[in-house]
Amino acid sequence: MLAYVVRRTCFGALVVLGVLLFLFLLFFGVTSPDDIARRAIGDKAMPHVIEQWKKNHGYDKPRLPGPGHLTDNLLVEHYRRMLTFDFGKSDADNTPIVDRLKHGAVPSLCLTVPEFLLGLLLGIWSALVVALFRGTYIDKSTTILCVVLMSVPILLFIIGGQYLIGKQLRWFPISGWERGSSAMWRFLALPVIVGVLSGFGGTVRFYRTVFLDEVYRDYVRTARAKGAGDMRILLRHVLPNAMIPVLTAVVMEIPFLFTGSLLLEAAFGIPGLGSLTVDAINANDFATLRTMVFIGSLLFVAAQIMTDIGYTLVDPRVRLE
Amino acid sequence: MTSLLEVEGLTTSFPAGARSVAVVDGISFSLAAGEVLALVGESGCGKSMTALSVMRLVPRPGQVAAKRLWLDGKELLALSVPQMRRVRGSSVAMIFQEPMTSLNPVIRVGWQVMESVLLHESVSKRAARARALDLFRRVGIPDPNHRLDAFPHQLSGGLKQRVMIAMALATHPKLLIADEPTTALDVTIQAQILELLREVQRESDTAILLITHDLGVVNELADRIAVMYAGKVAEQGSRMDVLKNPSHPYTKGLLRAIPALARKGERLYEITGTVPAPRDFPRGCRFCTRCPEAFEPCAERVPEATTVGPAHEAYCHALGTPPVGPSERSHEQRP
Amino acid sequence: MVSALTNSHHTSNVVVLLLVLGGLWLGWRVKRNEPWHDALADAFRRGPTAWCVLGLYVLVALADSVAWKGGVSAAAPDQVARFEAKSLLDRAVGGKTEKSYSAPLATREFARDRPLVRPGTHLLGTDKLGRDVLFVTLKGARVALLVGGFTSLIAIPLALLFGVLAGYFGKWIDDGVFFVMSTLASMPSVLLLVAMITALPRGTIWVCVALGVTSWVGFCRLARGETFKLRELDYVNAARALGASHARIIVRHILPNLLHLVLIRFVLLFSALVLSEAVLSWLNIGVDGSWGQMVAQAKNELSRDPIVWWNVAGATVGLVGLLLSINVVGDTIRDALDPRTRGDRA
Repeated sequence: MLAYVVRRTCFGALVVLGVLLFLFLLFFGVTSPDDIARRAIGDKAMPHVIEQWKKNHGYDKPRLPGPGHLTDNLLVEHYRRMLTFDFGKSDADNTPIVDRLKHGAVPSLCLTVPEFLLGLLLGIWSALVVALFRGTYIDKSTTILCVVLMSVPILLFIIGGQYLIGKQLRWFPISGWERGSSAMWRFLALPVIVGVLSGFGGTVRFYRTVFLDEVYRDYVRTARAKGAGDMRILLRHVLPNAMIPVLTAVVMEIPFLFTGSLLLEAAFGIPGLGSLTVDAINANDFATLRTMVFIGSLLFVAAQIMTDIGYTLVDPRVRLE
Repeated sequence: MTSLLEVEGLTTSFPAGARSVAVVDGISFSLAAGEVLALVGESGCGKSMTALSVMRLVPRPGQVAAKRLWLDGKELLALSVPQMRRVRGSSVAMIFQEPMTSLNPVIRVGWQVMESVLLHESVSKRAARARALDLFRRVGIPDPNHRLDAFPHQLSGGLKQRVMIAMALATHPKLLIADEPTTALDVTIQAQILELLREVQRESDTAILLITHDLGVVNELADRIAVMYAGKVAEQGSRMDVLKNPSHPYTKGLLRAIPALARKGERLYEITGTVPAPRDFPRGCRFCTRCPEAFEPCAERVPEATTVGPAHEAYCHALGTPPVGPSERSHEQRP
Repeated sequence: MVSALTNSHHTSNVVVLLLVLGGLWLGWRVKRNEPWHDALADAFRRGPTAWCVLGLYVLVALADSVAWKGGVSAAAPDQVARFEAKSLLDRAVGGKTEKSYSAPLATREFARDRPLVRPGTHLLGTDKLGRDVLFVTLKGARVALLVGGFTSLIAIPLALLFGVLAGYFGKWIDDGVFFVMSTLASMPSVLLLVAMITALPRGTIWVCVALGVTSWVGFCRLARGETFKLRELDYVNAARALGASHARIIVRHILPNLLHLVLIRFVLLFSALVLSEAVLSWLNIGVDGSWGQMVAQAKNELSRDPIVWWNVAGATVGLVGLLLSINVVGDTIRDALDPRTRGDRA
């Protein structure tokens, strides 16, 4: 078991290095430091201004290792700094990226965690009900509802939510943010509702498939032959089996809780990591974008390793090898 | 002898487009207390579906109908769903063909056996566990105390099937339905399981409805045999009668096809053709397309039961006419 | 040079021709292959409305993709149009412009109450630039199908290629492909997508490239896993024992068994891509003329008083109609091909 963990972690580390390579190719290969400079300060800037800008942001070195500058080049710098979490300053406004990260993490979590938990509970509960009543009109109408919900892009939910609930009904503010726990929930209510609603269709569908996959298995027939009722079968027999794929899906969501929802934060004016990313897009701030993707990948790889390990703990078939 | 199970005119049908297809078509049989009745036939003849129909476990959208489906004095088709649930697992229990997949993989086997008890009797968990331990011993599971806490994947196929039998016997059922209990097991394990079933039947006088396609298994266990073909019963009688004096051409064909009876170098006998799909059942006798003794009425009229011996009947038009030596006939029609 | 090639209407016409020919060839092959023919007919029967609606979208998109210059009379007010390539759709519906917003079927402008150039003809009103909203909505079909369909047509075969090669040959090839897959998969797709689009040059083709790169991994993994399983099947071993070459085994035995997965995945990917593009447009980095962009404009329009709703209404109908019909069609295909549900004919 320990050997497995070590192997997984090594592979994860390799993947992280691969991610960094990809980011390097994307941000320094496809675009050159000159392009980055021009995008930041304008196309018509004079060459010496561009050089100065590049020097300020550390882009004035050669890109790849070569004779005379084996370690003093952008590639090595990129690896060294990312792996030591030395993210440097934003390309757009020169503020240290780490500060922005620290400030943005809390609002993001305040939005994503309630949305995730609520969506999960509602989704699983609805899927259980649908699995219980499979084949009946409850099942059929829920399926139709899910397909319709899945066909509506989240953008329309955002606009609709803001218009109907924010403007017409005036239940919650359309956007904005205020620190402090009591006032916060007013600003979070609408984005959470929008997020849960837009994800509901896909979530229920996924869990419904998971439950139904189990419901048709032989051991359910055995349980029924013993005289167990539908409710008991679902809760005592199906759910423990279904929990395995559910757990996988849940753990894999965790990285996204941190990186925040770009759309919701931008639309509802919540100053989290998602907003940070959107600002970076608009300002062509490559340094911040690089950092966000890197952090997202780190969390993702960590979550994958945890899922694999969790699998061996939860599934008795895998555990007792 | 009082009948424990009486089935009359059992029909199980599934919708297929606008029509519905009867995979079990008006069959009748009965089973006395403590008796072993073997339902024999090829794959797809409807024997498993018959077993599921008795338990009312036919998967949706199948429908079960019968003139009589009597178990221990109760008309099963008249019971409500909760009432039927009380019958299942207590008066009648079932063991399935695939022990690999029939046990819940994430629950310990001891608990799964305990569940049988806890569902039907109000006993404490400790008492249920003691019962489970006792059952494990009875079905011959070695080191039963440790095995109670094992997961299914830690047990071999034979052990898993013993667990299934323990689970079925937990509530002292009067009828045990065994659907191909040994098909998925190794030959040596098969013998052990059959031996176990025989013991169980003797000790607790449990009636067994044995579903199988293996005539060897039938010979080991059965008191009576009912041969099924394409959803209908072709012949039924005591084991001796059916095996020694087969009357229906299908039964005769089955017995001839057993390899052990062929002499060395002789070509193996086969019943020509294949079982027709439910959609293509002939109007008359279902076996007529493959029957070496078929003549005019066979394709048009469904044969009625003809008594060919004490408690031995077959459904064949040819039984009314003087017998033409079946072996000669079949020789002619061999491919 | 790339943008010149992709923006030329000649390229568009050639692509449409290729697509139509490809579609006809596929149709001919399916007709001759009974199981597929039955399955697709069954799928159609389960949801004829959705299939027809989808067909309509395809027709509108194709109509907007076939373009040629000329055909505008010398007396027309817009002389520039004589030198522009106009598509079938342009000629059939377009060309009506006002100055700015106007409500559906209105006779006067929205904001200023001046009379319209063509009063009462704008079924869905006009947008900020005075373009007929119905016309813009119809044009959006081409963008959506381009983004969804075209990208899928490139991403899925590539994913299939790598997945099958990795699954079949194993060892180094598999290690390499698996590593690339894991690397790409471990970057959260939305972040990766926006990062790529920011770094890459502007243009529709690059958006498609970015979308393709972020979406091929899922199917590649599936193809790889299935190929692993198929490789061990008895009839593949038999073929190998008979001396069949690798290429033959892959083409004759492995690929046909993956086709149903390809079809289902194509449909799923299509709708996911259209949704992704809408998200990109919302963030102002999407493709010009897409429905997502129309919705993005609604951000401002809905906060006006009185509100301008017809722009977002048109985009909504376009988007939801396409996604809904794709989802239903995908379900019908899945039900027709899934052995569990295949038996119960609709």
